[in-house]
Amino acid sequence: MNQQATTASSTARIAGQGHFRTLRLGTPFQPRIDALARTQDWYNWAGYRAPHSLWDEELEYFAIRSQAALFDISPMTKYRIEGPDAEAMLNRVTLRDVGKLKPGRVHYTAWCDDEGFVLDDGTLFRLSPTRFRLCSQERHLPWLLDSASGFDVTVEEETEAVAGLALQGPTSFAVLRDAGFAGLEALKIFDIADFPHDGGTVTISRTGFTGDLGYELFVPSDKALSLWDRLMCAGELRGIRAIGYTALNRARLEAGLIVANADFTTAEHAIRADRLRMPDEIGLGFMVDPEKGHFNGRRAILEARAKRRLRHVLVGLEIDGNIPAEHAIVYHRKTREVGLVSAAMWSPMAKRNIAIASLARPYGDTVVEDLWVEIYAMRELQYQKLMKRAKIVARPFIKLDRRTANPPADF
Amino acid sequence: MTSFDCIVIGGGHNGLVAAATLAKTGRRVLVLEAANEVGGAARTEEFAPGFRTSSIAHLLNRLHPDVVKTLELEKHGLRFNRADFVPSVALSRDGPALMLHGAYGEVLTGASPTEQSAWKALRAQLLRYAGILKPFLSRRPPDLAGVSLLEAASLGQAALGLKKLGKEDMRDFLRVLLMNVADLLDEQLEDIRLKGLLAFDATLGSHLGPRSPTSLLGLYYRLAGEAGGMAGAQIVPQGGMGAVIAAIRASAEKAGVSIRVSSPVTRIIVEKGRAVGVALDTGEEMRARTIVSAINPATTFLHLIGPREIDTGFTRKVKNIRMKGDAAKLNLALDRPPQFTGVDATGHKGRLVIAPSPDHVERAFNPSKYGEFSPEPVMEITLPSLADPSLAPDGACVLSAVVQYAPYALKQGWNVGKPKFREAVMAQLEAYAPGVGKSVVHAELLTPADIETRYRMPGGHWHHGELQADQMLVSRPVSGWSGYDTPILGLFLGGAGSHPGGGVSGAPGLNAARRVLAMKG
Repeated sequence: MNQQATTASSTARIAGQGHFRTLRLGTPFQPRIDALARTQDWYNWAGYRAPHSLWDEELEYFAIRSQAALFDISPMTKYRIEGPDAEAMLNRVTLRDVGKLKPGRVHYTAWCDDEGFVLDDGTLFRLSPTRFRLCSQERHLPWLLDSASGFDVTVEEETEAVAGLALQGPTSFAVLRDAGFAGLEALKIFDIADFPHDGGTVTISRTGFTGDLGYELFVPSDKALSLWDRLMCAGELRGIRAIGYTALNRARLEAGLIVANADFTTAEHAIRADRLRMPDEIGLGFMVDPEKGHFNGRRAILEARAKRRLRHVLVGLEIDGNIPAEHAIVYHRKTREVGLVSAAMWSPMAKRNIAIASLARPYGDTVVEDLWVEIYAMRELQYQKLMKRAKIVARPFIKLDRRTANPPADF
Repeated sequence: MTSFDCIVIGGGHNGLVAAATLAKTGRRVLVLEAANEVGGAARTEEFAPGFRTSSIAHLLNRLHPDVVKTLELEKHGLRFNRADFVPSVALSRDGPALMLHGAYGEVLTGASPTEQSAWKALRAQLLRYAGILKPFLSRRPPDLAGVSLLEAASLGQAALGLKKLGKEDMRDFLRVLLMNVADLLDEQLEDIRLKGLLAFDATLGSHLGPRSPTSLLGLYYRLAGEAGGMAGAQIVPQGGMGAVIAAIRASAEKAGVSIRVSSPVTRIIVEKGRAVGVALDTGEEMRARTIVSAINPATTFLHLIGPREIDTGFTRKVKNIRMKGDAAKLNLALDRPPQFTGVDATGHKGRLVIAPSPDHVERAFNPSKYGEFSPEPVMEITLPSLADPSLAPDGACVLSAVVQYAPYALKQGWNVGKPKFREAVMAQLEAYAPGVGKSVVHAELLTPADIETRYRMPGGHWHHGELQADQMLVSRPVSGWSGYDTPILGLFLGGAGSHPGGGVSGAPGLNAARRVLAMKG
């Protein structure tokens, strides 16, 4: 009897621990993505099995730039922040003035710890006067909950409950229109609106991570597959293609966008003290609003500015030649090491060899001439060292009128 | 309306010391006290018709000499000498008591000759080691981010003191620093009465038993204090602790400090990261360049400022300050002086301690870990009216005792538990002073919950934050902000919640004022 009870309880216990047998979770779109995954090239995105590529990196990239590319953003961390004090609480947490973010709008923002070091960047959706969705790379629930103390607000993680898709590319508007999302043409860049879908609602924003015309769609997980099918069906004649991260990563680099823990190390992940970055050190200084009232890191950021203690700067580089300078060291006068390239590519759109790099000030700040990158090009088991001239250039590296054109063009 | 340079929130002794120190530089200073009189937990109060006693703190053993000097307290009637020192008495139920005379037992009586010489050696060692810590336990903690020249010099001095110990002594100092007091006592002493007394002193006012790691630090903290120029000495002030407050207040007022009582501050006004004034419960607002909060740090940040004006990480740290008191205060109005077994007249004027052995103290501590009070509590007792008959009617007597362990978060709740705890305390007293129960005219027992309400001390903790290794020095009140200034410009902390901690020392208040001056606030 006892023996049986023990066996039964341990069986239940073992069953309850089964989560570890699934090393990578699937997203709500996984059945569709798995069916398309010819390369079987997966990576770990926040615990989810996400594709690097599905069929061909190059062609997936060109799907973004000349067709419509469908990318599963479900693993992105999503928080629902709601209540009468939601605006005040988010103003305390994030750098930008949330008071200026109107309902039905999205902005790109970032948030810092007490010392002014960036914890993450992300997008903040204002779904109503009192309801927000914060999307980010890393997880922040304890930080957000502790930051909510003293505010009349609830914070809930909704990463699993809400599935997300990015539909990006010149034909993305036409695909959505053909899929029957009436009124979508009214959305300007960074607008949000709700549309009926499958007996529920899909929230569509005119946002993206590609610098192209594009939309992001959020839907309850149980409506995910029907949404996927609806888009794929409507987009068949407009070249819709599912893509993996490698293609997206190229598009975002052309758009000059940075990725947390790729182009900078987030404060909670950094082990070495000199890897921490203030907003001004990763090109996010424009977000800091000293006039809006208190926010986390305000004191430290303003003090660092006043005392000129900003040590790094993030820059866009244009590099001679056509060899991507990925993770190349940046030199001043070919001798002094002054920084590192965090992302680089030959840009088919810009027809330039572009990169994002972090430099130690004054290099990249007041000293901008005579910069070089050392590229190790592997040529049949031998490195060929190339010292190439690098020029600091403005980001984004490409600017596409269709991204912001109103009404969006029908390609 | 008069305008002020500095507003000090809280008229406890630290607030008054900070105010006086600032006013002496010509600053116009206002002290705002919530209660109807200043002094906080160091007042003398009438608790029964004709009976007055020190509200919480009843022994003076660490008023900092720099405070006495800066405030010229001797000119204001506060002068002590050797004749004022009172002994500590380790009470016994049967047989003669053991007594530490002079400054923390310069002479020990009631123990064997072997024990006397062992004590002499241990006392010297304790005072030597406490002396090393003394500079750390009085000055501003070192700023780990950037040590100033002055700080480096004072740190160097302390290091020199350590060096002066000699190699073996220095090694031993480092060996025992974070030990528990019971193990150290077992190494050197035999007499459980003496060990019981020291175990009690080490753990008094903290949530630690003698066998809890680091409990020895409490004894060092005690011995880093001095009175009348002698380390470890203790005094039962004439007129109660309120007399000490009166002297500090007189000094403050002479320096030009304005004091407003019955003026609870409800809010510190912050504009763009800077404290610019305070608001009272009446809605009245007052502005000043500098605000010194000499009240609880958690109250200051979580209630007077609120989380909206401070960073999340800092709020986390403030919320994590442990401050659940574990000591109660008993004030008894007696119709005649009690007679403690085996204690002579001198002993009765001293500090009478019920802590018969380290084991007893440890057993008293155990239940408090689980939210229960000690069935056989330990306590230190004074009979202040013996030395100052004005505190009680003719022939009557006041008994003042600090009793532990009485956990703030009592599982059964203090409404239910208080009568039971009072019974336990009275039974313990009766065992050491037979007949005392029958002489009680009025009894007032203040549990940590009562102390919290009456003296606005969250958790009823007289240190405004546990005084343990993790909440001392650079970690007091929170790590990164131990230097009296705060993340809010123009706001300083100067209460017991700041380094070095509680007890009537005035050190946090003095240090805070010095920090204000250094930052030209």
